[in-house]
Amino acid sequence: MPATYKFFAEFAQTWGLLYFVAVFLAVLIYALAPSRKNRFDAAARMPLQED
Amino acid sequence: MAYAAAAPHKSMTLGEAGSAIAFAALALLSIIIAAKAYTPEYAFHAYLFAAGSVAAVFAIVNRYYERPAELPPLTIDGKPNYNMGPVKFGTIASVFWGIAGFTIGLLIALQLAFPALNFDTAWLSFGRMRPLHTSAVIFAFGGNVLIASSFYVVQRTCRARLVGDLTPWFVVLGYNFFIVIAGTGYLLGITQGKEYAEPEWYADLWLTVVWVAYFLVFLGTIMRRKEQHIYVANWFYIAFILTIAVLHLGNNATIPVSIFSPKSYIVWSGVQDALVQWWYGHNAVGFFLTAGFLAIMYYFIPKRAERPVYSYRLSIIHFWALIFLYIWAGPHHLHYTALPDWAQTLGMTFSIMLWMPSWGGMINGLMTLSGAWDKLRTDPVLRMMVVSVAFYGMSTFEGPLMSVKAVNSLSHYTDWTIGHVHSGALGWVAYISFGALYCLVPWLWNKERLYSMKAVSWHFWISTLGIVLYISSMWVAGILQGLMWRAYTALGFLEYSFIETVEAMHPFYVIRALGGALFVAGSLIMAWNVWKTITAGEDVREQLPQATQPVLVAAE
Repeated sequence: MPATYKFFAEFAQTWGLLYFVAVFLAVLIYALAPSRKNRFDAAARMPLQED
Repeated sequence: MAYAAAAPHKSMTLGEAGSAIAFAALALLSIIIAAKAYTPEYAFHAYLFAAGSVAAVFAIVNRYYERPAELPPLTIDGKPNYNMGPVKFGTIASVFWGIAGFTIGLLIALQLAFPALNFDTAWLSFGRMRPLHTSAVIFAFGGNVLIASSFYVVQRTCRARLVGDLTPWFVVLGYNFFIVIAGTGYLLGITQGKEYAEPEWYADLWLTVVWVAYFLVFLGTIMRRKEQHIYVANWFYIAFILTIAVLHLGNNATIPVSIFSPKSYIVWSGVQDALVQWWYGHNAVGFFLTAGFLAIMYYFIPKRAERPVYSYRLSIIHFWALIFLYIWAGPHHLHYTALPDWAQTLGMTFSIMLWMPSWGGMINGLMTLSGAWDKLRTDPVLRMMVVSVAFYGMSTFEGPLMSVKAVNSLSHYTDWTIGHVHSGALGWVAYISFGALYCLVPWLWNKERLYSMKAVSWHFWISTLGIVLYISSMWVAGILQGLMWRAYTALGFLEYSFIETVEAMHPFYVIRALGGALFVAGSLIMAWNVWKTITAGEDVREQLPQATQPVLVAAE
């Protein structure tokens, strides 16, 4: 595998892009999944709880 | 050890004995280095290390004799027994360093308008005072706010006592010792000449030890948590601590000339060094001045407004998008330099993408007030924090704009950059910090409320006026400067000599200094208010007779 500029640029522009999209999708699925609604609603109130 | 309750046999913990021995060894090493140091300035620092280490040994042993046989319990009556001593120290230290840092900033602002104000001394020259200012406000003021607030927030949201007995104290005291070494070093002319990373190798090594201890205390406390979920503020704090550790190590990979010399050489060279420096420099903005203070936003604004976070889901997306994008934005500091074009474009592209998480976070912070907007009228502390989030939105809009190469060709090296930095630093970082400090002081010292809400209001308006004067004068100055630099005559010569552009800046520098003076005045009001709250504030425990502080109460 030649370590040229072209090689790295192509790698970044294809696999790098896919990697970022995949990570972003994973975060979206984690954050927006309806099954976690109650959990996150409770978490939003965490600063307000007293001991 | 702690379970030897039946027979209260007192013995030193491993940590106490170990750190006393380690500090004794450090004292000895420091004295040897001081004796053989190449320069008197370095010898002075070695003596400071020796004195600090001896004081540490004394403090550890003395504390051992004073303390009860058993270490403080983790819970009392089922409630977590929070360790707020180090938080209190960091809170006071940040007020002190804030005033010091703002005042030095005012001095150098005045020096730019009236150069005679360096009094022809090397010590007060702009080149030494400027890093003193930036380090004092970012690392001393901001750093103490971050350490104090993170130790507070992680305990409260995990419902667990801080991990470690001596270690949290080592973190706050050791960090402030680093500040003293760094600051006195600049005054004495010790610097490695890297922006925001000026301290030399020995100060860097010390900070590395302190920072690892900080990370362990924070992570240990999270692992001890009673809540299942790790609150979003803690995620931002973890990102801040971890990334700063990596950046610090990468950008300070230096080899000292000798253990007896303050001078070191970096292993990177040329454009690689520049890239590493701005990878560090921009992420100091991204993870120290942004992620850390976003953690403050996500705890203190909901707490103060008594409203839940507007969208917890958005906060998760905000977090991951922000940390994934920020780390790539550094090359925008090196537009039109020897850095390869594609790297410049990459830095610009990631900077522009940062608009999304930044504004998502801003909207999340502001909308947390929905249903509680009326509190802005009555609570100047909340007003300060909301304005800080607005400034966050403004400066994170401006930053990506300036990272666009075409805009940067006008703005770079001009005072526009200084204006941009200060709309973020004064408007966002300092204001969210002031808000957190105004919240923390009554909570930590068990006071009913701040001593004077009116004083908070005065602080707010005086320093807001100061910020507006500061940033608007720097915008005008910067754009004027950029346009003058690129103006050509009909014959193709530069229209203005450099000194003419300097001359044109004078009125704006005076206005900027006026803005800075107002900001300093505001911080003095805050210091007075904090002092009065601690010494003369109304105690939360109303059962206590009023006569507990007779002298100070009388002093109105």
